[in-house]
Amino acid sequence: MTSSASTTLAVARSSPATVFGYTPVQAIALAVMVALVAFTPSVLYPVFLMKVLCFAMFACAFNLLIGYVGLLSFGHAAFFGMGSYVTAWTAKNWGLSAELAILLGGVTGAGIGVVFGWLAIRRLGIYFAMITLALAQMVYFVCLEAPFTGGEDGIQQVPRAKLLGFISMQSDMAMYWLVAGLFLFFFLLIHRIVHSPFGQVLKAVRENEPRATSLGYRTNDYKLIAFIISSFIAGIAGGTKALVFGIATLTDVHFSMSGEVVLMVLLGGLGTVFGPVVGALVVTAMENYLAQFGAWVTVTQGAIFVVCVLAFRRGIIGEIGARLKLAL
Amino acid sequence: MSNMKPSRRQVLGGALLATGLAGRAARGARPVVRIGVLGDQSGPYREIAGPGAVACVRQAVAEFGSRDFDIEILVADHQNKPDVGVGIARQWFDRDGVDMVTDLTNSAVALAVAQVAHAKNKVAVAAATGTTEITGRQCSANALHWSYDVYMLARSTALQVVKSGGRNWYFVAADYVFGRQLQGESAATVAANGGKVLGTSFYPFPGTTEFSSFLLAAQSSGADVIGLANAGADLVNSLKQAHEFGLSRRMHLASLSGFICDVNAVGLEVAQGLNLTASFYWDLNERTRAMTTRVRPTMPNHAPPTMAQAGTYSGTLHYLKTVAAMGLPAARDGAATVERMKATPCDDDAFGSFRLRADGRVLVPAYLFRVKSPAESQGPWDYYTKLATTPADEAAPPLGRGCVLVKE
Repeated sequence: MTSSASTTLAVARSSPATVFGYTPVQAIALAVMVALVAFTPSVLYPVFLMKVLCFAMFACAFNLLIGYVGLLSFGHAAFFGMGSYVTAWTAKNWGLSAELAILLGGVTGAGIGVVFGWLAIRRLGIYFAMITLALAQMVYFVCLEAPFTGGEDGIQQVPRAKLLGFISMQSDMAMYWLVAGLFLFFFLLIHRIVHSPFGQVLKAVRENEPRATSLGYRTNDYKLIAFIISSFIAGIAGGTKALVFGIATLTDVHFSMSGEVVLMVLLGGLGTVFGPVVGALVVTAMENYLAQFGAWVTVTQGAIFVVCVLAFRRGIIGEIGARLKLAL
Repeated sequence: MSNMKPSRRQVLGGALLATGLAGRAARGARPVVRIGVLGDQSGPYREIAGPGAVACVRQAVAEFGSRDFDIEILVADHQNKPDVGVGIARQWFDRDGVDMVTDLTNSAVALAVAQVAHAKNKVAVAAATGTTEITGRQCSANALHWSYDVYMLARSTALQVVKSGGRNWYFVAADYVFGRQLQGESAATVAANGGKVLGTSFYPFPGTTEFSSFLLAAQSSGADVIGLANAGADLVNSLKQAHEFGLSRRMHLASLSGFICDVNAVGLEVAQGLNLTASFYWDLNERTRAMTTRVRPTMPNHAPPTMAQAGTYSGTLHYLKTVAAMGLPAARDGAATVERMKATPCDDDAFGSFRLRADGRVLVPAYLFRVKSPAESQGPWDYYTKLATTPADEAAPPLGRGCVLVKE
């Protein structure tokens, strides 16, 4: 908690300028978020929270691409799902420690991201989205057919590998701290990237690509790098989820997963700092807490999305920010 | 505090609190056994288990009657997402005090939840699950497999159709693990019993809706029997197209994984003559008819139960009887309860008298049915004629298959 306290203090001193790219309000929101991450497991079920954090990581990675570069990818399930398969497989069959297995998941995501990105960034808009979707469907079919994924049974009985080879992850709370640490690390990393000179170029590409080109930037290189970073973090998120639940299945690579992450980001607020996290929380909570109402899960989800699109188009956080005239 | 008279709101609040506490205390005096029904309430398996499975579990609880413990039923929709299923199951076991989970449609969910049940030492009764892994390499001391599996469906259909003279087969199979397993198992059975496999068409899954080229290939192969190794919407589509080509008049159609709800969906006109296997049919005998009459009023659309739904009824009843026999503190130990369930012979109206095997597989006979023509059918849901019976130990997959519970 010391880090958040010091950020708040630092903000008080240098207000209203930004600190590490955070406005004072954002810094307070960050402190609140860190506090929530630290204290909610004593109230809510930790496995549910871990799932929220994994999807929050995934949504933040996706937001990096759509919110700051303006690229709508419909293929992120491929990175998420393959990350989850590779982590599960290596942890189960090679007995890798948790951090190595998750890292391999991320590297797999990034590796597929190189191929996808290299092919897809040559096109814009709907064509970009369609190419990523088509490639992701190919990955889905590979996962359906390949022997190592176990087809529709998935990879089961994945052990929660030890962290660094000696810290047991068997208890839910130990696993929770690992997931929380990973989430905060990548959340801050994405924020750092967005506010770096590199991130400024990404935003320039989003606003006006020909102009960025005329200023001498190789926009395709920037887009590709952003795509790879996003797919790397998506792979990490998938791998982490595989260790949390001890399974990797076709759900993670299915195109509905790509749709789900789009919905999370849209619901939370496109291009906002905290939007993807809130979106992930809302979608996961609906899946979890509406499960007892049977068929009403999908109906309620649909109704909420319709309301969201009609009533607050900027998403939950985007709309709050716009009302309060704050960037959140 | 000058005014010590309590306000109306305070009185009401206090009264509510008191009744709440009283209720809790009254319930606290009697121990509670909680049963979780985790299934697909909104997706493609809804008709096979879904709300009907919940009705069957409620029926089992009602028939079990009142003992020295209360029974609560929790229901959840896993949405065919294994992580949602695992999340719910963990929460049920850790926080809500659930002792037994049943239904478990969808193999990936079933295997994952059985694993959680093992880790938390609870009981998992998979009653709507196709995979044989649950009693094979991934078997555990906390899981039981009721009703059917793909081995039983494929083997019984292939065996009995070959015996009745359908010697030359052509398979139309969905190209994924489930379809390949169905096809492989039945092809082996056909070959082992003197039949011949003339060819197989694997079609891409999911997404294939046009089966004419595969069906025509089957027709021109000269086979007597077309084996359909698919399920759900694919089965319905391939049956309809086979009917349009008039194949059912020239050849036998055999579904390797068909449910009564599929037959109901396509109608008798299209499905007539189809051969399929089930371990439960509502009109099988006096006892199944009695059970169906009792449960039908609470079933969705008053449909009779499928074999998966009947399995949740039978599994729940046997579990509750075992819990009553063991006494409650002892029955909180999932592995011990499962051990006792395996040791106790089962008897209920859905499956008659039967027993459980060391690997957790239920030993029930498999029946080969032929779907009636519209003229033969006497009324709603009068769909099947029984042709043959495969004895229980032949219908179950071989014991062992990498299961640690089986001593070699």
